[in-house]
This record gives sequence, C-alpha cells and structure tokens, in this order.
Amino acid sequence: MSSTTAERGVSSPRRRKGADAGDRVAYVLLIPWAIGMLFTLIPFGVSLYLAFTDYDLLTSPAWVGLENFAHFANDPKAATAAKVTLVYTFVAVPISLAVALGIALLLNRGVRGLPFYRSAFYLPSLIGASVAIVMLWRSIFGHAGVVNRFLAFFGIDGPGWTTDPDWALMTLVTLSVWGFGASMVIFLAGLRQIPRMYYEAASVDGATPARQFFSITMPLLSPVLFFNLVLGLIGSLQTFTQAYVFSGGTGGPADSTLFFNLYLYQQGFQRFDMGYASALAWIMFVVIAIFTAVNFLVSKYWVFYDD
Amino acid sequence: MTDLTAARVATRTSAQRLVSRLRTRETYREEITGTPGSRFLRHVVLIGLGLVMLYPLIWMVSASFKPSADVFNDTSLIPTQWDLGNYAEGWSALEFPFETYLYNSMVLAVLNILGNIISCSITAYCFARLRFPGRKIMFAMTLATMLLPSHVILIPQYIVFSKLGWINTYLPLTVPAFLATNAFFVFLLVQFMRGLPMELQDAARIDGCGPIRTYWSVILPLTTPALATVAIFTFIASWNDFFGPLLYLTDQMLFPVPLALRQFMSAQGASQWGPMFAMSIVSLLPVVGFFFIGQRYLINGIATTGMK
Repeated sequence: MSSTTAERGVSSPRRRKGADAGDRVAYVLLIPWAIGMLFTLIPFGVSLYLAFTDYDLLTSPAWVGLENFAHFANDPKAATAAKVTLVYTFVAVPISLAVALGIALLLNRGVRGLPFYRSAFYLPSLIGASVAIVMLWRSIFGHAGVVNRFLAFFGIDGPGWTTDPDWALMTLVTLSVWGFGASMVIFLAGLRQIPRMYYEAASVDGATPARQFFSITMPLLSPVLFFNLVLGLIGSLQTFTQAYVFSGGTGGPADSTLFFNLYLYQQGFQRFDMGYASALAWIMFVVIAIFTAVNFLVSKYWVFYDD
Repeated sequence: MTDLTAARVATRTSAQRLVSRLRTRETYREEITGTPGSRFLRHVVLIGLGLVMLYPLIWMVSASFKPSADVFNDTSLIPTQWDLGNYAEGWSALEFPFETYLYNSMVLAVLNILGNIISCSITAYCFARLRFPGRKIMFAMTLATMLLPSHVILIPQYIVFSKLGWINTYLPLTVPAFLATNAFFVFLLVQFMRGLPMELQDAARIDGCGPIRTYWSVILPLTTPALATVAIFTFIASWNDFFGPLLYLTDQMLFPVPLALRQFMSAQGASQWGPMFAMSIVSLLPVVGFFFIGQRYLINGIATTGMK
C-alpha cells in the first residue's frame, strides 16, 4: 500500500553496515506510537464484539447474537437517521465541490488580490462546524431571520427554515456549502500543478477554452477532484456537531436533522445502550467502507493518473 | 488504499517542493489572464460571492452590539447605538464567568498542541529518517488508521476511560495527542522530513550525533514550518471540538468554550440573542486570529493532506 511512498526518498543514500543497529533506538522512540496504535486497534475489535451484546456500562456485556442488527432492521428511527444522513450527503457534497471547483478555476485565472479572496473564502470552512456558527445559522434562518427578510424583499414568503421538517436539513446543507473553502484550496493547489505549456500548446492547435477545460484541466485535476470527493463523502456521513447544536440534541424538527451519528450518540450515551450503539457504529463503518470502495472502483473510469 | 495514497501524492508535489513553497511567499501573481472586461467581471463575481459568504459574520458582529430586542427588528448593519452591554451580560450569563471557559479551552489547546508536536514529530522522524526492520509495515498501519472512522472506536474508548475514572477530567481529551494518534499529522511530517537533504543527517552522524541528537539538533529545527502547520491545525480542531468535551465532561467548571456557548441556545431557540452573539464572537476570535497569523501554514497543510 504505502510501499511506493515509503520507499521514496530513503532509498538513495544507502547506509553502511552497522548503521542499522544504531537506528534500533526507533523502537524506543516509537513506544508512545505503539501504545496509541493499540489504543486504536483494540477498541476497533472490541466494538465489533460489543455489537453482538447487550451492554449498559454497569453490568457486563451479555451476548445476544444478531439481535442488535435485527433491531436495526425494524427501527424506524434508525431508518430515518440513515435517510437524513444520505440525503444530506448526496445534496451537500456535490454542491460544495461544484462551488469549490468553480471558484478555484476563477481564482486560478490570475486575479489581483488573490490572497484576499482566498482568505475570505477559506475562513468559513475553519469555523463552519463550530458551535458559534451553527447557532448563528439557526438565528439567521430563524422565523424573523435575515434570510427570510431578504426573500421577502423579493416578494418570496420564505419557509420556516428551522421549524419546518422539509427545510431544516436544507438549512444545514447551506451551512455545509458555506464551508467549501477547504476543498477550494486543494483544487487551487492541484490547478497550479498543471503545466502552463499544455494550454499554450492547445491554443496553438486552436483548442477553444471549453475544449481546454475538458481535455486538459479536467483529466489532470481528476485525482484532486476524486480526493475531495472521497474526503467529502466520509466527512459528510459523519456529521454530528451541526445537527446536535442545530436541534438542541434532539434531531428535530420531527427527526428531520437526526443524523446517523446523532442517533448513535443518543443510543449510546443518553440511553447507554452501548451494544446497539456499537452495532450502529459498525453499520455506518461498513456503509462508509462500501461508499469508499465503490468510489475507488468507479474512479478507474474517470480519474486520470499522469504517471 | 493504493489509490488514496496515489491521490494524495497527486495532490501535492514532492516534499521538497513543499519546502520551497513554504519558503517562497505568494507566487500566484505571475500572470493575469483575460481582457479588462472579463477581469472586471471576475472581480464582480468574486466580490459578490465574498460578500454573501462574509455577510453572516458581519451581521453577527453587528448583532452583538445591539440590544436583544433590536437584533431582528433593526435591519441596518450599523447599530443605531453601540452597546457593549451584551458582552458584559454574556460574560457572566452562565454559571461561571466566561474567562473560566476560555481558560479551559486554552489549557486543552496547549496540551494538544504540545502532545501532537512532540509525539508526531518523533514518530515521523522514525518513519522518515531511521531504518529499522518493520518500519514500512508500521508506517502503513498508521496510514490505515486514517480510514477508520472515529465513532467505531469511540464506545470502547469511552468504556476504558470511564473504567479508568477519567470521566470529568481532561485526560481523555489530551492523552491521545501524546500517543501520536493523529495519523494525518504523522503523514504530513513524514512527507516534510523526507524532503530534507539526507546529507545533513549523514554529516551529523559523521560528527558523532546519535539518532536522538540528530532529531533534536538537525531535523527538528528544519521541520519548524511543518510543525507550525500541525500546531495551527491542532489549535483550531481543539478549540472547535464539541463532541469530545460533550462526551467526557459534565462538570460546568471544566467546560471549554463550545460546551459553555451551547447553553445560550436550548432546543426551543435562544432568548438572550445579544449576549449569545457577543460570546460567539469572543469564541471565534482566537480561531480567526490564528487563521490570520498562520494562513500560509494552514493553506500549505491543507493542500498537502486535505485536512480540514
């Protein structure tokens, strides 16, 4: 997996014999790392075991076989949570990426004051998941909030963004899109690595800007787009803080912001049904793994690697 | 995994170029394309979008100076009367004065920064610069943990911490940082250290430096830009962290800012709008400050690892 990257850089100056022995000190230096690794891997296994138990933290776990998973299959709230999370992800991720890519392309054409624009667009992504901003969002989208005033200015009667179950999730989508800056910075870094001469050669050959975009920019940027897509999906499926703060921990109105992670939290840390929560965590893990795997499979058809 | 690594590789140049990029300032301005008309249009679009993006923040600043009753009635962005009362009121609205929460957040941030810098740099040094059997597989394991969603290990970790009696202490929120558990940072530092010339290390060795001395006197000083990236990202993540404290802290006196701030809003919404916005501003200022100081490192870091 990492063999190619791991070899890079270290392979050139071969050490003389005897140097290896000195580097054994690494095993001592890596003791904290090893403890940390154990503290990651053991819980990983334990949570799988807990998924097949009934456990409330006070009495010892009781093996219940597949009961937690059977419960999941018949749990309407879990189904709602899954739906909310998927809808949010499938709406928020593509929009965020499209905006990020569009702005990155615009900025990459060379703009005076680029550092300023880049900062203005990037800053929101750093604070988008903070409690302060989620509360702000709730306020500006609230009943008498700025957004509805703005819409009223155009004669539009805005919905109850925070109280109407049909709109609450969309309010969180706008918050997610507001944080497009991080992806934009990655796109910009990718765009800067496309050699200028490709475009020069293309214009000499008479390629239109549109043609240049689809034949040069998109293929060469596709690994970056793919990277942003994978990260965006994984991050989006694990949304928690926004939903918790927005709904005061309930997932309301009418479970419309009951994200999967929020439901997991409610089950595990409010009802202390640790067994069921572990099962939920593993279901989510498997779903994320499948999404990521599908992404990688499909990527063979659209992601272009230059090497 | 192979492709993810490849994608990562593709999103950045070699670590060497990263080093030089960190050292040269803005190199963007090389060429500005397009006719004056299209350039003007571009600015119109960018400024328009920038205003839309920043409007909520500006609005919040303005609201924090207005009396609560005016927050939604007075639509102008410039308050008719500048009222610092919200700040005074918000500061003491909760069970403890707000400086308690700021102090708590600062303690958590500092410990996390220290932990990540020390543990991740030592770990990265071993992976990037030392040769020992098992190095590759250990580094691969570290990268693989990046794919593990944190909630899968959350429950067993919570159980361990609670059996250890660590609930309502800062230990669950800080000790992991000292164990190099942030694979992103290890990866970032490994990439950076690989870009440093090997000759330096050989020279140090000839001069009689052991691996530890080499780390301390040669590698660590040269890694400062990447360590700055780690520090700033850690600060922001720690300062914004809501889930960890929510899980492990129930004692008001230990609350960091996000947990405290949330008390301004119940499931029904807030009533003390002014004080809530005032304290929101206070909570955001350190992040915004760090952002302006450390922008360069942040943007390089994010372009390298895709961290948010």
